Amino acid sequence: MKFKLLALTSFIGLSTVLSGCGETKTTGIEPQTMTDALFKVMEADRTVYTKLIIGRLAKKEKVIKASEHWKDEKALVLPAQMFRYGAERVAEKTSDFSYSLLSLWPVNAQNKPKTDIEKAGLKFIAENPGQNYYGKETLGDTTYFTAVYPDVAVAEACISCHNKHKDSPRTDFKLGEVMGGVVIRLPIKS
Amino acid sequence: MMKLFNNIWTLWLLSTLLILGYLTYIFNVEEKGIFSPGKLTHGHHQIEMACSSCHTEPLGGGEVIQDACVNCHKEELKISDDSHPKSKFTDPRNISRVKELDARVCVTCHTEHRTKITKSMGVTIPEDFCVKCHSEIAEDRPSHKGMEFTSCASAGCHNYHDNRALYEDFLEKHIDEPHHLPEGKIKSVSSLEEITTSAGYPISKYPVKKLTGTDIELHPGIKKDALITEEWSITAHAQAGVSCNACHKVKDDKGVVNWVEKPSHDSCKTCHKSEVKGFLTGKHGMRLNQDLSAMTPAMSRISMKSTAHDKELTCSSCHSSHKFDVKHAAVDACLNCHNDQHSQSYKDSPHFLLWHKETSGQGDKNTGVSCATCHMPREEKELGDQTLILTEHNQNMNLRPNEKMLRSVCMNCHGLGFSINALADKKLIQNNFKGLPKVHNQSIDLVKQRLLKRGKPREGSP
Ligand code: HEC
Repeated sequence: MKFKLLALTSFIGLSTVLSGCGETKTTGIEPQTMTDALFKVMEADRTVYTKLIIGRLAKKEKVIKASEHWKDEKALVLPAQMFRYGAERVAEKTSDFSYSLLSLWPVNAQNKPKTDIEKAGLKFIAENPGQNYYGKETLGDTTYFTAVYPDVAVAEACISCHNKHKDSPRTDFKLGEVMGGVVIRLPIKS
Repeated sequence: MMKLFNNIWTLWLLSTLLILGYLTYIFNVEEKGIFSPGKLTHGHHQIEMACSSCHTEPLGGGEVIQDACVNCHKEELKISDDSHPKSKFTDPRNISRVKELDARVCVTCHTEHRTKITKSMGVTIPEDFCVKCHSEIAEDRPSHKGMEFTSCASAGCHNYHDNRALYEDFLEKHIDEPHHLPEGKIKSVSSLEEITTSAGYPISKYPVKKLTGTDIELHPGIKKDALITEEWSITAHAQAGVSCNACHKVKDDKGVVNWVEKPSHDSCKTCHKSEVKGFLTGKHGMRLNQDLSAMTPAMSRISMKSTAHDKELTCSSCHSSHKFDVKHAAVDACLNCHNDQHSQSYKDSPHFLLWHKETSGQGDKNTGVSCATCHMPREEKELGDQTLILTEHNQNMNLRPNEKMLRSVCMNCHGLGFSINALADKKLIQNNFKGLPKVHNQSIDLVKQRLLKRGKPREGSP
């Protein structure tokens, strides 16, 4: 019961922030608190998938492969795809926030930074390990609070796959290194 | 004076009523042509008079039409693993791309009623649209330097939506395949047992049990016909425990069960959901799907036999009513109507020779190539959590761009490179693949060059 109540209040809290973001009304939660919380969930899920699914089944036990072409190869989806499909699902449901996984050294050229904040943010988190980057940007006629968080090589699987990938511009990623960044955007009052 | 005045008013009232009545009439029958702002494309001309199929609201803009597009084409886009889904363009980081090309809605590239500017695939924007986002491609792929942006999607290398058989790793996987695969064969349709035990099959109503003429029960007043009984008794229907009543007894709107002389696709749908859905989505059944009269060859924009002009297209047009001869449905049914050069050349083609061999008992099962083999291929269909192999009855599903046929059809028997070249050779298509492709597509060459540069030896190379 207690848990339920807690879940409910946090849900209400979350939805106030979310609905507040697109409007002019100010709310109790700062955008940064919000994006930080979102990132924690994303990072945790991403690590769990890489370690418990890819690392265990594909690398260690070799029960099943992980492949970009998972449908054709009857394989596991890659961690980055898992992340992107999630982001696409969210985008179908709401425009209250959006997120993506980018890198200065992307396997998929679509994951290169595009906006000025993305460029500055990715550079900053690569040069300052352990720190995040926050800023505001206007895209179209909407202003966003944009946060960039480091995406770190948490498992051997990350670096072995990227370093060997034919489209990867870098072949010397090391464990623990920043490989790219998670960019989260909230529309805010300009 | 007053009388004259009254008369004028009566006349005005009468003519207004008449005009109103006429407008209401033409809006409610199939004669809406005068309202059409221009002819429709090949894809939609059959349903031109069903305005509300797309204009779901009288004053709807792009978004309303978008819902209509998605309503019919959603599944196709999903199956084809759309390379440019809407979600790519709703992401705020891509807003600058949306300004170049608003690919969030279909009508940006596929505007209807604009025959003068409509190109193949119903595209109504200039062919070099790829440049809007991919102008820097030569930097990532130096091999693409100097290539025309009009050629990205016209040379058989890339498609905007469906690249399932064209992506680099796929080309690499099938890099050195021969023209003919040694074990090439067409898939078999799932067995009676697999089909009747699949999700949604009305097994409790029609338990699988071989029936003969003596098992037939008819509606009161209907007499048994010896010829029909004989034709039916050798069909899969008789094997599967499906007799006359299963199709001919139909519930009407009030729930009363009547005997229907000519059952519609609704009866077939009871057991053949996937097939009927395909039929209704494709060019053969799309009019029925919009509650218009059945399609006839006379309405078609492609060459049809004059002897067939008034034939109506329903399930039984190809399958007949009781024999359900799939061999007939796979070739002769098509050629009874279709009269274009590709169809006319079929019986003179190597594919037909194989079909002739198989059907005359000289060739192995699933080695013949009929019209249906390519245009209504047997494909994996997901029903619940089961995968069945069923015939795709939407003949349009893999027709355009024709690279859609690579995986579902050609590559069952041919190597990828050979197939890409064949599909790019317009003359070869016209004569129904009699001879070797004279067109050479360079996709696989580029993959080979890139492999060499990478220094990774290919499997099988010295
Ligand atoms: C089996 C191979 C594989 C593994 C394991 C893998 N990746 Fe990737 N990663 C890819 C591919 C392929 C892409 C491009 C996916 C796309 O967007 O199409 C990618 C994309 C990314 C991106 C976005 C930028 C880019 O390169 O396109 C980042 C950042 C990234 N991966 C980091 C990681 C991290 C961190 C891990 C471990 C937690 C990891 N990857 C594990 C193959 C892999």
